[in-house]
Amino acid sequence: MIPILLGVSLGAFVFLHAIPGDPARMLAGPDATLEDVRAVRSRLGLDRPLLVQYALFIRNAVAGDFGRSYRSGAPVREVLGQHVGPTLELSIAAIGLAVVTGMGVGTLQAVRRNSLPDYASTVFSVAGISTPAFFLGLLLIYVFSVDIHWFPSGGMSGLRSLVLPAVTLAAASAAVIARFTRSSLLEVLGEDFVRTARAKGVPGRRVLMRHSLRNALIPVVTLIGLEFGFLLGGAIVVETVFTWPGLGWLLIQSIGFRDYPVLTAEILLFSLQFLAINLVVDVLYAALDPRVVYA
Amino acid sequence: MHEAALAGAPRAAGASARHPAWARFFRRRTAVAGGVIAATFLAVTLLGFWVTPYPPAATDYSHTLAPPSLQHPAGTDDFGRDLLSRLIVGARYSLGMGLSAVTIGAAIGSFWGVACAFNGGLFDNLSMRIADILFAFPGILLAIAIVAVLGPGLTNVVIAVGVFSIPSFARLVRAPSLAAMEQEYVHAARAIGAGGARIMFRHLLPTALPPIIVYFTLRIGTAILTASALSFLGLGVMPPTPEWGAMLASGRLFINVAPQLVIAPGVTISLAVLGFNLLGDGLRDALDPRLRT
Repeated sequence: MIPILLGVSLGAFVFLHAIPGDPARMLAGPDATLEDVRAVRSRLGLDRPLLVQYALFIRNAVAGDFGRSYRSGAPVREVLGQHVGPTLELSIAAIGLAVVTGMGVGTLQAVRRNSLPDYASTVFSVAGISTPAFFLGLLLIYVFSVDIHWFPSGGMSGLRSLVLPAVTLAAASAAVIARFTRSSLLEVLGEDFVRTARAKGVPGRRVLMRHSLRNALIPVVTLIGLEFGFLLGGAIVVETVFTWPGLGWLLIQSIGFRDYPVLTAEILLFSLQFLAINLVVDVLYAALDPRVVYA
Repeated sequence: MHEAALAGAPRAAGASARHPAWARFFRRRTAVAGGVIAATFLAVTLLGFWVTPYPPAATDYSHTLAPPSLQHPAGTDDFGRDLLSRLIVGARYSLGMGLSAVTIGAAIGSFWGVACAFNGGLFDNLSMRIADILFAFPGILLAIAIVAVLGPGLTNVVIAVGVFSIPSFARLVRAPSLAAMEQEYVHAARAIGAGGARIMFRHLLPTALPPIIVYFTLRIGTAILTASALSFLGLGVMPPTPEWGAMLASGRLFINVAPQLVIAPGVTISLAVLGFNLLGDGLRDALDPRLRT
């Protein structure tokens, strides 16, 4: 975990320095004299050895200090703080939606195997995986907000504005979760202990809920964690389509404005979230499955 | 999912000359459908300019934003350019970027993975940690970061999308190669004095070929999605290049008056990705049933 974080931070640091252009010159403004630029450079510590700069970068990053945004002059932490909320709201809504529909549909498919609903759901989930989120988002805008005005086409204004972006972001994950739930549950339903439970007269509903689903969902938890990570990546595209003022939207804006302090902090933040989710999934996995023992 | 088809597939008399993997592949209608779609897209990519109904860049200001009709099967855009022709020529960019990105990722990743298995020790350990770090970035984020450094454009998108395939291929190749290292035939090859390169490419890499083929196909879909997403975000190929994601982005402005400008490129991307995904699923079931999730 720690080595990975260090590696990621080194990546972000290299990224910051690989970018074309001199940040000191950019900060000093177009009319700055050479002296001004030099002053800014030493103020930012950019005239010191790279190794020292990296150490400083790590120290500041640990303290949550990423400097100031080139664009607004506000501290990067403040800028990010303003956009964390919307992304959290969107991604939590989306993962909730994906988990509920994915698991529900997958369970239905496994129980009614090879029925019409099973085939129909398979077709939908393959289509869901293959459709780009930006296309799905625009399609939903066209259907639900251009003509019939059920939901706003963008921006953040209450619960109604959350519906279309959340559905767009959830679609691919729901499809993957459904597929995985189906195959995992089918596997468990074929186990001996399920047959035993049925043979000794356990009611069908109880066999499904207590004996089968509980076992089948253990691997699904891992997948949900992975999907949550992908969702954060997908949020970049979906937030741009719906002008949702979250971290993903900010990322694209910062690239446009070459706002590198914000950009670096965002890349670190995204990776941190991704790593944190993976850690939580590992812990959850051990808690759910008594067979997994951590040494 | 298809245990019955896999386990008890009785070989048809006429199919006896065929490899059993082919027989398994052709038993699945979705796999064959995916193959047909993917082959059609590849053919269109290769033929490109030869099969367009109109010159893709020809403007016609008396027929702008025309809905689909017999003359223009997919309609026209805001410059009166024929949408179908642009989509056909665009295959060269969208599909071409996806294909070349995955090819680069597969080549470098496979070489890396087999080198890890062969050398072991510190090199292997260090490599797998680096792969962990690359995995720590969500794919699209890594691609965006790379494009932010290198700048937008076709080549840079290919690099960005290719890089994030590398660690997956490295891991995929490493595991079977590592297993093969313990096999007698590798020891025998060593005993008769075969060099490192020969062992890696003649003896280790072939054992990893089935998963490479499967993953390569599945990855093309993801690569097309990522590359077109980058273009859609304005970080990839720029208009007027008829790349599908870029076309969708510029068509967005006209969604109220000419929805075909969004729907046509969107459906094209989905169909291409769908084709390669179905083909990949079919290949996986045919070549390596254990890989199934």
